[in-house]
Amino acid sequence: MSDAAPVTLSAHNLSRRYGGREVIHNLSLELGRGEVLGLLGHNGAGKSTTLQMLTGALAPHSGEIAICGFDLARQPKQAKARIGFLPETPPLYRDMSVDDYLLFAARLRGMPRGVIAGALAETKRRCGLQDAGRKLVGTLSKGYQQRTGIAQAIIHGPEVIILDEPTVGLDPAQIRDIRALIRELGDAHSVILSTHLLGEVESVCDRVEILHQGRLIYGDSSARMQQYGHQPGFIVNLLAPPDISELQAISGVQQVERLSATRFRVLHQAGVNSGAALLALAGQCGWRAEQLVPLQSSLEEVFVKITRGETP
Amino acid sequence: MIATIAFKELRSLFAAPSTWLILAVLQFIFAWFFLARLDAFLQVQSQLAQLASAPGATQAVAVPLFGAAALILMLLVPVFTMRMIAEERRNQTMTLLATAPVSSTQIVLGKFIALLLFLLPIIASCLLMVLALGTGTQLDKGLLFANALGLLLLAASYAALGLYVSSLTAQPAVAAIAALAALFGLWLVEASATDNDSAWRLLAPTSHFESFNVGLLNSGDLGYFLLFCAAFLLLAVRRLNNNRIYG
Repeated sequence: MSDAAPVTLSAHNLSRRYGGREVIHNLSLELGRGEVLGLLGHNGAGKSTTLQMLTGALAPHSGEIAICGFDLARQPKQAKARIGFLPETPPLYRDMSVDDYLLFAARLRGMPRGVIAGALAETKRRCGLQDAGRKLVGTLSKGYQQRTGIAQAIIHGPEVIILDEPTVGLDPAQIRDIRALIRELGDAHSVILSTHLLGEVESVCDRVEILHQGRLIYGDSSARMQQYGHQPGFIVNLLAPPDISELQAISGVQQVERLSATRFRVLHQAGVNSGAALLALAGQCGWRAEQLVPLQSSLEEVFVKITRGETP
Repeated sequence: MIATIAFKELRSLFAAPSTWLILAVLQFIFAWFFLARLDAFLQVQSQLAQLASAPGATQAVAVPLFGAAALILMLLVPVFTMRMIAEERRNQTMTLLATAPVSSTQIVLGKFIALLLFLLPIIASCLLMVLALGTGTQLDKGLLFANALGLLLLAASYAALGLYVSSLTAQPAVAAIAALAALFGLWLVEASATDNDSAWRLLAPTSHFESFNVGLLNSGDLGYFLLFCAAFLLLAVRRLNNNRIYG
């Protein structure tokens, strides 16, 4: 997030209880224009509750939310006009046609009459709904219903777009389309995306916040999250392997593990290019190095590490 | 905003085939009743003519017709109010309204106005049938007006109560049964009050409709209906607001 980007959504110390149980504790969040934020968490971590509070569907027990400077509790009309929300279950009227439904959504958000027709055509194009305009929402397939749900969230050109698990139940091709759409939306708007699919975070989000038992326990850029607790190293194939002690002698190498007769896992110190040294040595000594693959911790591993509270 | 919501509600009411079916059956029942009353009136008309102040066609046909319509609406209005809020909640479309820049008051008023606009043609159809008699006889316009206004106010108060009950639950069927039970209870209160001046009678919308039915325009009755509608609409608004607070 560049510091120059104007803040479109800011939430301070949100708390929410259900009965006596506090499900969200002192959650604070800030989002700038042109940013895609991924909200990660296990089932029941409080993702949906958080998003409902951010959109005004649910009032927080304490804390403040401002959308583009408008307080959600005191100036709800101005604030809500700048939000587009796709809940977990898309809020679709099954007996309406897609066109009628989207027009209703646009009017409900107070769009001026003159610009609605243009916005409808543009939104349908973006969401790939050009051919579905006259069909009844109830007769559409799950994927098209999801797209219609996204379309109602973006038709009024909101500053903040909040999507609760937008790709659940879609086939891989549709998931790819929707991720591309979210990426595109992220250029001009602010997007919050809740998901438990880590691949989604990897491919579309600039920033990640991890919600665990109602608290934000980790927040960083998604690229840096992948580096979290990561030990630099690589796996190398040596067709004519030397003794393991020779590999251990290379500068910076901390640990060598033999995975098979020709495969070795080498862990080394950060900042030391042990891979290059090994390759140079392999060339000299004729170890016939074949393949060198840097170790990359998957987001899954990182996520599990973070939610378990392990420190690197 | 109110108009947008009202228009959408009307559209979805008329998009359902069951609505048309109910309207058709209703029209059939009204017509049957109207013709039966007319037939009875024509049979005794010659004898009535010998009386000094004989009841006219309006009193003999229109008054019982509107009385019957009032009773039928009591059974019918809950069928239409049940979907209004309960179904939105069940289909999770309430989120769309709750996160849109509209207040709970606008949502409730939009739905209420849609119901009124929907009930208006039903009342108008009764009125038109009676007005058709005007080609053959003199009609008591004042009595007709009082009846139509009374029926409209009665229907509005039923709609307000139904809307409130609908806002209490997420199950349309429960909303319909509960609204029907409430309306029936109010009717029973009136029916069981033996004393004509009993305070209990004042509670029931039907007893206030009776004065309209006999052609009495009473500001007290008018006030009762307006208060009844306002009270239940306000309760429905409060209920929607509480939804945001209690989840």
